[in-house]
Amino acid sequence: MIYDAVVIGAGVVGMSILRELTRYDLKICCVEKMEDVAEGASKANSGIVHAGYDPIEGTKKARFNIEGNNMFSEICKQLDVEYKMIGSLVVAFDDHEINILEELLQRGKRNGVKGLEIKDREWLFKNEPNLSKELKAALFAPYSGITNPYKLTIALFENAIQNGAEVIFGFEVCRIEKDDDFFIVRSADGRVVRTRILINCAGAYADEISKMVGAKNFKIYPRRGQYYILDKPEKLPVNRVIFQVPTEKGKGILVAPTVDGNVLVGPNSEYVDSKDDTSTTQEGLNEIFEKARKVLPSLSKRDVITIFSGIRATPDTHDFIIGEDENIENFINVAGIESPGLTSSVAIGRYVAEIVSCKLNAKRNPNFNPYREDIKRFSELSDEEREKMIKLNPSFGNIVCRCELVSEYEIIEAIKRGARTVDGIKRRTRAGMGRCQGGFCLPRVMDILSRELKIDKTQITKFGKNSYILTEKRWED
Amino acid sequence: MEKYRVVIIGGGPAGLAAALESFKNLKGDKRVLIIERDRFLGGILNQCIHPGFGLHYFNEELTGPEYAHRFVEQVLENRIGYLTETHVIDITSEKEIVAVNKKGLKRIKADSIVLAMGCRERTRGAIITPGTRPAGIFTAGQAQRFINIEGYRIGKKAVIVGSGDIGLIMARRLTLEGIEVKAVVEIMPYSTGLRRNIVQCLDDFGIPLLLSHKLVKIHGKYRVEGVTIAKVDSQLQEIPSTERFIECDTVLFSVGLIPENELSKKAGIVLDMRTGGPVVDNTFSTSQKGIFACGNVLHVHDLVDNVTKEAQTAGRYAAIYSQHPELFEDNIHINVVAKDGIRYVVPQKLNKNFVQPFVLRFRVDNLYKDAVVTISNAGKILIEVKKSILTPGEMQSIEISQKILSQLDFSSDIVVSLQNI
Repeated sequence: MIYDAVVIGAGVVGMSILRELTRYDLKICCVEKMEDVAEGASKANSGIVHAGYDPIEGTKKARFNIEGNNMFSEICKQLDVEYKMIGSLVVAFDDHEINILEELLQRGKRNGVKGLEIKDREWLFKNEPNLSKELKAALFAPYSGITNPYKLTIALFENAIQNGAEVIFGFEVCRIEKDDDFFIVRSADGRVVRTRILINCAGAYADEISKMVGAKNFKIYPRRGQYYILDKPEKLPVNRVIFQVPTEKGKGILVAPTVDGNVLVGPNSEYVDSKDDTSTTQEGLNEIFEKARKVLPSLSKRDVITIFSGIRATPDTHDFIIGEDENIENFINVAGIESPGLTSSVAIGRYVAEIVSCKLNAKRNPNFNPYREDIKRFSELSDEEREKMIKLNPSFGNIVCRCELVSEYEIIEAIKRGARTVDGIKRRTRAGMGRCQGGFCLPRVMDILSRELKIDKTQITKFGKNSYILTEKRWED
Repeated sequence: MEKYRVVIIGGGPAGLAAALESFKNLKGDKRVLIIERDRFLGGILNQCIHPGFGLHYFNEELTGPEYAHRFVEQVLENRIGYLTETHVIDITSEKEIVAVNKKGLKRIKADSIVLAMGCRERTRGAIITPGTRPAGIFTAGQAQRFINIEGYRIGKKAVIVGSGDIGLIMARRLTLEGIEVKAVVEIMPYSTGLRRNIVQCLDDFGIPLLLSHKLVKIHGKYRVEGVTIAKVDSQLQEIPSTERFIECDTVLFSVGLIPENELSKKAGIVLDMRTGGPVVDNTFSTSQKGIFACGNVLHVHDLVDNVTKEAQTAGRYAAIYSQHPELFEDNIHINVVAKDGIRYVVPQKLNKNFVQPFVLRFRVDNLYKDAVVTISNAGKILIEVKKSILTPGEMQSIEISQKILSQLDFSSDIVVSLQNI
């Protein structure tokens, strides 16, 4: 197949670029090695929309953070994705840390962040009564927010598809050649795509893709962060995103509500040998809990429902690498997108799409529709709306996931929109994300996947490749 | 709005027994309704195809489905109403229930409600087990459903975490299905399972039971490739350099059960932190008048036979409530208190209007040898029971007879405690 532009990698950055490209009259596609979108860093990060006081002024990080923050609310509205501008606090225990808050405040002002303010103890304890009484002050950023990173990626994907883009899954790029006009991108299983412009959004593997093309030489170091997810409390212990003062290792450990009403604690920061090492460790988890407890003493391990880790794609350039390669024409690197990558992703998408459209002299796509609707959720509707929905679709009355009140309808709808795996269903519907972690609903979700996709249950995977859940059918009913 | 005398939430063993007993004790209008989430009545018993059920209640050994069937038959014979594939999404303190199924939303008003929603399993995440998150990690209940009801094999080589009865029974079950069980790993220095199950499920099949061992890491990218285990000290902390890798493609977690009280919370019912279930009196009445609780939603049981007996009492009082709610007014309770080595006791209260023989069920907080359980009141010991061995995994029960009740001083607590001899 021949395309005008091909994006490698279906994370939030790749999908944002793909969707922005559909604003133009171009033949575009994304190749992704896994079976679903958001299988890398985009599924395992803090989900914070940063205000923009962290990055050093003049960097790409600073630019795209600020631009992204300004665009976020509008894009989430268009794509029907949860976004809550709850504000953030960086909390300080002593004078040294208060000095750092002052530095952040000044840097934020230079970056153009609005509304930054240093708050005193009284304000802090009135507004965040559960935080440690040892705290002395906090930097308040009212325009920080929280979102759901994989839901945003999925929404961008669905909207891009609606507007005519393609995504090829299970396409693991193993070789890239270039002739006069085209990049020839080959996958491990022998499939080939040809494209005029190639955009590298391969996350932790972006350096390897760049090397395959013979382009810019940089290195991505995988830096792991581990997390805890706590059960939905009756009342949230914090109202805002609570950061500790940043260190050279990053923004430090945070405690934050999620848009779904859980509590997120983490991440730590550790360089790891493998780009795929998303394991959690006892040491890492202990470190996070002890540090988080200093800020929020009431934190209890009894409330933990799951633990996970994600990989940050940390570049040796110390800044995002975004732009056409100096030596390889029509090859665009979008690499090293670590924090604030999620916030920046929406702005990066627009920026890269503009570069591509200029290069190809592309016309606007007159049929571009920026709107996408999320699946209707049983848990979010009133009883009257539920009754109406059940009349139209009886499966809306069949509750499959009891912890998160997910109906059969939602699972069928997720499959219609591209979910092929148990984790794909989970990220689209929350089935299996609650306190029992799929203890009851996993077999039911598999029943529905098997029926809708017309495949045997032994063919169903957790997240593609060899992640089979059942190994053999022993008898027929 | 539909009206019922008694509505039972949950169609497992507790719900079935409570429904039957409510029905028997109602006079005149006998409308009783069971609401069940699953496709069938019987609850988790349907997937427990091993024998050992009913030894106490029926004096014979039944499988789970057989045990359930005896109650389901009576429900059908008596034409007691039931809804399956119906999910209760709300209960109010006014005893209004909102349930949902494919036909729509149903609003039901009940004179009394019996909560019998059972429990869920603790997960790998809840016990904070580090490592990767590949396929091949199951709770014992999930594995049981896949194997016993759906007829699938879930792997080739397995490690089981937790040696309670469910973990032990699944070790045997996997072996019979041709899955090699490499080990059963137990963090405590003792198994919380019955001796009989250790012999019949592990020893008979040569499956090693590794006491004072912990699973410290799960390995594998797409499917489980192995686990690392280590010995632990008396503080349950990992002992350095005792780590050992076990190759396997499947890990089963059987690490405890948690009563499912999300609906109880919605109804504003007071819960006991130690049982995880509602605080109840000897009528199994919760803090919300007219709402009763029994079975694993109240506290986790070892034997279904005890669930049945408890649920019968709850069902009977639910029927009584629907006719005489005045007998359940406030300020008519004395407390039953767990002390010194007793982790919890159920019921936590005694209703002075129903001074009738009842059973105290409790668990100890540690392993005890040669100890005495005493029940005292107003400084006077009423009952002393000697036990050669007591473990937290084994639920204890003591019957409070009419004779004991006649000696009670109602101005003082009933205290259950444990002394070493």
